[in-house]
Amino acid sequence: MGDAIASSGTSGGFARGRRVASLAGAAPGDRVYRVVITAFALMIPALLLLIAVAIGVAAWPALSAAGLSFITSSEWNVQAGKFGAAPAIYGTLVSSFIALVLATPLALGVAIFLSEIAPKWLRQPVAFLVDLLAAIPSVVYGLWGIFFLVPMLRDHVVPFFRDTLHLGNTPLFSGPAYGPSMLAAGVILAIMALPYISAVTREVLIAVPRSQRDAALALGATKWEMIWDAVIPYARSGIIGGVILGLGRALGETMAVTMVIGNRPEISASLLAPGYTMASLIANEFTEATSDLHLSALMAVGAVLFVITLIVNGMARWLVWRVASGPKS
Amino acid sequence: MIGSAVAARDFSFWYGKKQALHGVNITVSSRSITALIGPSGCGKSTFLRSINRMNDTIPGARHEGSVLLGGKDVYAPDMDVVHLRHRVGMVFQRWNPFPKSIYDNVAYGPRINVGLRGRELDDVVERSLRRAALWDEVKDRLRQSALGLSGGQQQRLCIARALANQPEVLLLDEPASALDPGATQKIEELLVELKSELAIVIVTHNLQQAGRVSDYTAFFYLGRLVECDATGQLFTAPREQQTEAYITGRFG
Repeated sequence: MGDAIASSGTSGGFARGRRVASLAGAAPGDRVYRVVITAFALMIPALLLLIAVAIGVAAWPALSAAGLSFITSSEWNVQAGKFGAAPAIYGTLVSSFIALVLATPLALGVAIFLSEIAPKWLRQPVAFLVDLLAAIPSVVYGLWGIFFLVPMLRDHVVPFFRDTLHLGNTPLFSGPAYGPSMLAAGVILAIMALPYISAVTREVLIAVPRSQRDAALALGATKWEMIWDAVIPYARSGIIGGVILGLGRALGETMAVTMVIGNRPEISASLLAPGYTMASLIANEFTEATSDLHLSALMAVGAVLFVITLIVNGMARWLVWRVASGPKS
Repeated sequence: MIGSAVAARDFSFWYGKKQALHGVNITVSSRSITALIGPSGCGKSTFLRSINRMNDTIPGARHEGSVLLGGKDVYAPDMDVVHLRHRVGMVFQRWNPFPKSIYDNVAYGPRINVGLRGRELDDVVERSLRRAALWDEVKDRLRQSALGLSGGQQQRLCIARALANQPEVLLLDEPASALDPGATQKIEELLVELKSELAIVIVTHNLQQAGRVSDYTAFFYLGRLVECDATGQLFTAPREQQTEAYITGRFG
């Protein structure tokens, strides 16, 4: 190799060629490594594509038979071969939305408390307990929902909203409250999404540099102003990422929701009415689906869920990118 | 002493069990620049951060003695630390603008401390940027992100942000140590301009810088204030052996 460099003045092209060749030849391990790593990296998108194609193919008969009415119609009648998934789509979106509305402020509060306010000795134990919420099996949440949450909502929370706050006449709280409801599903999803949001938020808050906190404090900010004006804006994109992670959890959650939402394929403005979600629909009917069209319709529901999740994640990416690329004003 | 802005009386400071300052006595005159010099870990930054109580946030920190601002102990129980930091501005070694617009950075202090808005706030922002010799460079892009400025500009923005609070004292912790010579020179010129209006205390590792800008220099060593004198005096005829050894480059 020393020769090659020394002779580069007289026969540069040749010497350079030899050096590159000897370099490539000298490290076969590097090439193997590169090939293996590339293969691993490509496997993930390939897998995603395969899943999408498989679902798409399986869903095609139902989708082509129902057309646009698959997502706009509310009629889901297996015997008649009518498949309209609108109530399930609506239920998935609304229950997840309720979950985010309830979980985000709570999770932010938990994260701010744990990263900024709590005394040191309290941080680890409380953080551990919050993280533990994510470890509870979904079916256990469902049982807890059936035996505790649903009766509690029906007997205490709903009367409070209706009688104390006089919201009984608003569409959101109208109609009979049997128990299983969109509200119950939203609340249970909120509890399940909370540990994800708060864990991510806590990490990004802790990662905000000391210098940003010092900057606010040195300008005469109170601790609260420091958190609100310096720490949270700096961590904004990470916090949004955490919320999206929670949303992903809520959109796909199946078991616990199925156990408390009531599983009735109807669209109702009332949060107290039972509803349905796409995941519950698939889980409930898959074992009983005998006709090809029915199976295909369930695959189509899966495809819609898949697409909605992709859109939500895409929007989240865009939001994080936009926020991370700096302030506009 | 007439015109004293900040004074320390038998001030000692501990981080947990480690004593960082031993009985410091010093008087900082108003309308002048005082440089704090000394080797790393000598306590000069600790002392600087004791003046606006930025050390409060460090667990296990405690002090004895007093630091007087306008004759009043900043560690007195009735001292409002938020108000203290409003009166004593600070600029850090690593410039730390908020990821907000240039305008919002400068406006931050007046907004939270006195609730200034609108036209009045515009005026304060402009005046502060002018005082920090940054106005001409940024006046057409006040609404753009502060993070798009060069390092030297960001540091002057941080100075402008501190000035917007109309402080009586400005503390600077090695403000130019990460800047190139051109940007450093701008900051030094700026400090000399500013001293007609307020007291400036600057920590620096750069002895030439201390010589160029400061009126008084204080030499710290191992947590003690060894010597404090007019800068010309201290650099040409130091009273203490240790001071002479340090400024002639025999250690540190």
